[in-house]
Amino acid sequence: MTEEELNAAFEARIAAGETIEPKDWMPDRYRTQLIRMMSQHAHSEIVGMLPEGNWITRAPSLSRKMTLIAKVQDEAGHGLYIYCGAETLGVDRSELVDQLLSGKAKYSSIFNYPTLTWADIGVIGWFVDGAAIVNQTVLAKASYGPYARAMIRICKEENFHKKQGYEIIATLARGTPEQKAMAQDAINRWWWPSLMMLGPSDTDSPNTAELMRWRVKRKTNDELRQRFIDLTVPQADAVGLTLPDPNLKYNPDTQHYDFGQIDWEEFWAVVKGNGPCNRERIQARRDAHENGRWVREAAEAYAAKHERRSQPTAA
Amino acid sequence: MAEARDATGQAPPIDLPGTAGNGAAAQGESQWPLWEVFTQKTGGEPHEHAGSVHAADPEMALQNARDVYARRGGVVSLWVVPSIEITASQSEDAGPLFDPGADKVYRHPQFYKIPRGLKGF
Amino acid sequence: MDERSALFEYLLRLGDDRLVLGHRLSEWCGHGPILEEDIALANISLDLVGQATLLLKLAGETEGKGRNEDALAYFRDGIEYRNLQLAELPNGDYAYTIMRQFLFDVYSYHLLDRLRSSSHSELAGIAAKGFKEVRYHVRHSSEWVARLGDGTEESHVRSQNALDDLWRFAGEIFVPDEVDMEMTARGIGPDLLAIKPQWELVVRDVVTRATLTMPADKYMVGGGRKGRHTEFLGHMLAEMQIVARSHPGAEW
Repeated sequence: MTEEELNAAFEARIAAGETIEPKDWMPDRYRTQLIRMMSQHAHSEIVGMLPEGNWITRAPSLSRKMTLIAKVQDEAGHGLYIYCGAETLGVDRSELVDQLLSGKAKYSSIFNYPTLTWADIGVIGWFVDGAAIVNQTVLAKASYGPYARAMIRICKEENFHKKQGYEIIATLARGTPEQKAMAQDAINRWWWPSLMMLGPSDTDSPNTAELMRWRVKRKTNDELRQRFIDLTVPQADAVGLTLPDPNLKYNPDTQHYDFGQIDWEEFWAVVKGNGPCNRERIQARRDAHENGRWVREAAEAYAAKHERRSQPTAA
Repeated sequence: MAEARDATGQAPPIDLPGTAGNGAAAQGESQWPLWEVFTQKTGGEPHEHAGSVHAADPEMALQNARDVYARRGGVVSLWVVPSIEITASQSEDAGPLFDPGADKVYRHPQFYKIPRGLKGF
Repeated sequence: MDERSALFEYLLRLGDDRLVLGHRLSEWCGHGPILEEDIALANISLDLVGQATLLLKLAGETEGKGRNEDALAYFRDGIEYRNLQLAELPNGDYAYTIMRQFLFDVYSYHLLDRLRSSSHSELAGIAAKGFKEVRYHVRHSSEWVARLGDGTEESHVRSQNALDDLWRFAGEIFVPDEVDMEMTARGIGPDLLAIKPQWELVVRDVVTRATLTMPADKYMVGGGRKGRHTEFLGHMLAEMQIVARSHPGAEW
């Protein structure tokens, strides 16, 4: 078959709803786009461990402590599932790690914001995991097999994260005045960045159409954002807290919530590396990597020594 | 993606974009080899492919597999296999652009490293 | 000492060991040498904090003054904590963390094994659950002691330094006092002196496999069981307790 025919056959498989597996023929652009998407997703999970990990040692009850450790651990696991999925496409994890640490690779902008109070932990679960869920449930049907399978695992684990986050906020909202103020302050700081997390408006998103045709993106950024807002407003009402948008209003004609203007300049600044914590996040990952080098090398050296010892001598 | 054929008409080995060529991992940058994990939910059922982990040795692979794929319970048995030890059938789609020697389960660069026997050659 | 007070003290010791050690391990989250170890350490940390929660809950019930596990964890000062000093030491490098974990895990393995047949049925139940978990912990830490001891030159040196530095904290594990003797007499807790030789055997075996040298027995530090800790515990608890203490009486 010519490359043209192969491409046509591939597009037909996608259009028919088939799943592409690692050894199937695929256009190089599909492969590179998937590596980019999957590695960005995995990097986000790993970097995402840091703002939440920041409060593990200060979690104010034993059960919250355990839940938070478990959540951060899940994020490590999710990163791992997706890195492994990306590796099926012909890239080594060490290379992907390298791209993150060198600043070449992107990760979700939301994790460049600081966690300043315990309430931030609740809001992250509620907003950030909430927004992620809206995006991720559709990825469970992505065209690339390993990605879809990783996402199914992740979606099963993700629901508990969002519920826990909302539950933390609900508890604070009905607690002391200081606790309620803590929760409201966290919401005020995280609301707009969470909306931005779902990505720029589709007119500014060049990859969208192609990724949608290839079934690795199912809804537009704007659709996801609207869905997230529609879900979240009643949830905020239910706990007696407000979202920091004076223009937020239910529109009975569209049956959606109208909302105010997003400051996209802030978004692009953060994406370009000038958010509050970009440098600290990458430095933390670099430190872990550098400090861990001798450990990784030791494990390999030990394995090599013992493999040699257990091998039969040559005849 | 089609590479130019050389004078003998042989297609050169597939260069996988996105890797730094053979032995993609830079000096001392290893994330350890890749292992495939198979889990059995209850006795009587077959082991199912759950995914992969990185590990330096078999004992570690087993522990990592348990931590990553079985920590929520619901698993009575785990198998781990170095990914490189798995031989996979050819995809029916294989065209002239697909390396006929690639009987490995993934396109992972570790499968294209210099074979062990040649170390120190 | 009456039985109730002795049991309360005993449960605090068991609970505090695991809370403090679990807390220390959780500090590695997001900073481990490789993703798989982040997950492994988090698992062990969760198991330990989980065991601590059950033990401190039982301690509070035993005391009978209305303190639950959170009240005990977050509203006791360092001098009221009853953990081994070994548990509260800062993590250091990975060799240090692993070696500290190993020395504790071997002890905990033998302790929980015997505690499963405690005459105190609730404690026996907690021990049974904990024993299933510690089997994995001790496998993990022993294997890593071997890997790091017998890995590279650098990992070997770091491991030997860790062992040499930690050794003086190990003695405290096996110094029974009137609380232990009360527990042993009532069949509630095992005889620490019976566990000690088993612990030594395993430690020696793994240390040898790791091509490390057993430190010479020197002066052993102690006091944790009576609330006399290193300076490290105060800082650790300040961080751990700050949010809870800033909002006394609040629910989380």
